[in-house]
Amino acid sequence: MINLSTIATLLVDGISYGMILFLISAGLTVTLGVMRVANLAHCAFAMVGGYLALALAQSWGWSLLAALPVATILTVALGAVLERTVYRWVYATSQLGQILMTIGLVFVMIASVNLAFGSSLHTLPMPAWLAGTWQTQAFTLSVYRAFLVVVSTGLAGALWAVLEFTEFGAKLRAAVDNPRMARCVGIDVPRIFAITFAGGCGLAAIGGVLGNQMLPLEPWYALKYLVPVLIVVAVGGLGSLRGSFLSALLLGLIDTFGRYYIPAGGAFIIYVAAAAALLWRPEGLFARA
Amino acid sequence: MSAEPPILEVPILEVRGVCKSFGALQVARDVSLALPAGARHALIGPNGAGKTTLVHLITGLLPPSSGAIRIGGRDVTRLAAERRVALGLARTFQISSLFPGLTVAENIGLAVAARTGVEIRPWGSLRRQAQVIDEAASMLEQLGLLALAGRAIASLAYGQRRLVEIALALALKPKILLLDEPAAGVASNDRGMLLDLLLSLPADLAILIIEHDMSLVFRLARRMTVLVDGGILTEGSVADVRADPRVRDVYLGSRHHA
Amino acid sequence: MMGTEPPARDLVARAFTRHHLSWVDALPWLAIAAVWLVAGDYVPLGTQVIIMIIFALSLDLAVGYGGIDTLGHAALFGSGAYAAGLYALNVSSEPVTGLLAAGIAGAAVALVTGPLVLRTRGITQVMLTLAVSTVLLEIANAWKPVTGGADGLTGFRIAPVLGAFRFDLAGNTAYWYGAAVLAVTFFLCKGLVNSPFGLTIRGIRENPVRMRLLGVPVRHRLLMLYTISGFFAGWAGGLSAQVTKLVGLDTLEFVLSGNALVMLILGGTGSLYGAIVGATVFVVLSDRAAAINPFHWLFALGIVLILAVRYAPAGLVGLLRFRKVPR
Repeated sequence: MINLSTIATLLVDGISYGMILFLISAGLTVTLGVMRVANLAHCAFAMVGGYLALALAQSWGWSLLAALPVATILTVALGAVLERTVYRWVYATSQLGQILMTIGLVFVMIASVNLAFGSSLHTLPMPAWLAGTWQTQAFTLSVYRAFLVVVSTGLAGALWAVLEFTEFGAKLRAAVDNPRMARCVGIDVPRIFAITFAGGCGLAAIGGVLGNQMLPLEPWYALKYLVPVLIVVAVGGLGSLRGSFLSALLLGLIDTFGRYYIPAGGAFIIYVAAAAALLWRPEGLFARA
Repeated sequence: MSAEPPILEVPILEVRGVCKSFGALQVARDVSLALPAGARHALIGPNGAGKTTLVHLITGLLPPSSGAIRIGGRDVTRLAAERRVALGLARTFQISSLFPGLTVAENIGLAVAARTGVEIRPWGSLRRQAQVIDEAASMLEQLGLLALAGRAIASLAYGQRRLVEIALALALKPKILLLDEPAAGVASNDRGMLLDLLLSLPADLAILIIEHDMSLVFRLARRMTVLVDGGILTEGSVADVRADPRVRDVYLGSRHHA
Repeated sequence: MMGTEPPARDLVARAFTRHHLSWVDALPWLAIAAVWLVAGDYVPLGTQVIIMIIFALSLDLAVGYGGIDTLGHAALFGSGAYAAGLYALNVSSEPVTGLLAAGIAGAAVALVTGPLVLRTRGITQVMLTLAVSTVLLEIANAWKPVTGGADGLTGFRIAPVLGAFRFDLAGNTAYWYGAAVLAVTFFLCKGLVNSPFGLTIRGIRENPVRMRLLGVPVRHRLLMLYTISGFFAGWAGGLSAQVTKLVGLDTLEFVLSGNALVMLILGGTGSLYGAIVGATVFVVLSDRAAAINPFHWLFALGIVLILAVRYAPAGLVGLLRFRKVPR
């Protein structure tokens, strides 16, 4: 059972799954950190991004890589519009109110997607150069998954660079650290939040499009993958991008290895692990003190 | 003014070498305090000296970084806040901390029910708990708040809320009472009534009072501790502390009437 | 001084808010009787409404009174449902003891998962309740020999209620059995809310730090409330199992938790009446609408939810001003 080839495949699978989860979760953890808005509709934006790319591919025959930026931009626009309208309504209400409003939003998005595409599973057509595998003597590597890891890491790196080296990044970090103080210092927190929210939706869309081979598109996508995304965010610590990155990786690896080696109970392992992590540190494993 | 209590008696509240830091910020530096039963002890110091933090540490809302806290000789440093209350500790908050949606009577009644253990009962009604009603009624009467019994807290004047705040602590029949700026926000003509109330408290109750109103402090306290930047500057009888030039420099000055 | 003692006590006693029974309380029972007398075809739907009212009441205890954000209450409902089914299959087909077993199952799951759920707040808490619910669903799915897996648990018979009332095909016995259970549930919930414990919970809701400084172990009290809520949720599930003689995986699904929360919000939390109103409106509407097209219903529901949070945060009950507030 323990052979290098299997381990390598599982590693790549686990990391790529984790990276997709990170892309989808990144926006959520930041918006939770800045505005503490319980946005249960976040996963739905990933779904919408995926379906938009599907529409482009089906109707105009666009390839995956061409559809990706357009779908992302459209999702960003959708996120921006929704933030200005319905999300504004619930900033002042309790978390319960936010939960309910965003559930309502999820329902609307699920129903809309079903109306347009029906309820069966869809995957995006993959370009020829992404399909296939690399065969070496030691192990087989799926090109698609390797591509995923490379692109996601690149994006994560770009995110980190923005946070660390740009003025916007500095303001965002301040807003996450202490929103009230940031406002006193003159940082326009609502505007930062609006931009971050839209950006987060865009990242989620990228995750939805790129990851659609692993997470196929269906109307219930928005709710099906909500729990893993929430686990990533909660275990990583609300507001911590680094935390989400690490916990997403952990979750991806634990889930992949778990399902392979313990077929009967493999699906539970992430829940048990998440419960244990939160029992130990309710604020999140990697949250700042 | 009664005589100093005998030194052999175990202090009812003891704080020993308590330190607390948040990262690089140290808010309590080696603070020690001993209160005998019946103490009238004031804790004064400039804003930001760490007085309220010390009360948080004593009551258990904050764990100390090091040091020990004892109630009646028993080490409570690791004990949860609610368990310390059972040992006779009660406090008031600087900013009124009541139950805003409940009536005045319900606020006091809840405190009495908590003390007597009735609060856990999932049947019946507090209305029919004679002991709770009687105690609440007599407390409200004593404080002149009886007419307000049915009013929601949100509709009370701030000075009245401060009185309810103290009533809530007293309803616990504590052995140690920590008062965090009870006169804050109370109009000066109402402070006389507040002082009368404080002077009428049981002689065996140990009181630690944080206050900026020096006239109140000098009338009530027998001993004082001066806290500056989280550490103790000096401690002693009221007369000694008043005369200490360092205290005058740091805090008393000529702003406060003697 | 003697003369003022009794009036002072009365004044203070009256200052403790208590809900008085009024004509409003008779309405649900009039409606239940009316449906049975006049609209016989709707009796099975009425039974469904009754089951969901009980479930919504249990959720109101946790969410409306306890402030516990849960999207996984179906875990407790489903536990009760499977417990009742397994009880009828393996122990005895007597319904009342089966219902008790269901309640205990729901309470047990709440008691076990409570310490973890209550340690957290906000979205983490929601996520944990979702996770618990998902885990139980996966267990039920995988444990085919016991639960029947995706096919569901069937083949159990339910003996006549109290030995006398057989479950008839028209559903009359089920209806009145359910109504009786609802009566007991509502009576107990009302008693709980008006009790000293009820006041403690309200205090915890308003100011948990203060409660701790009154010597009350807050988390323990919330766990107690959550367990009681689980008991009634288990009852609802058990009733569902006994009435339909089938327990499926849908008793553990998110859809059920979500629907219950929606019912509660639309009706209004923290008043018990909101649960009754919300559940009735929701079940009746969804029965009609979902029959046409479930996804259209989902869309409409979503819109209503978004608008409700904005324009009617206190729910229908808030709009109708049936809530009793201290003056």
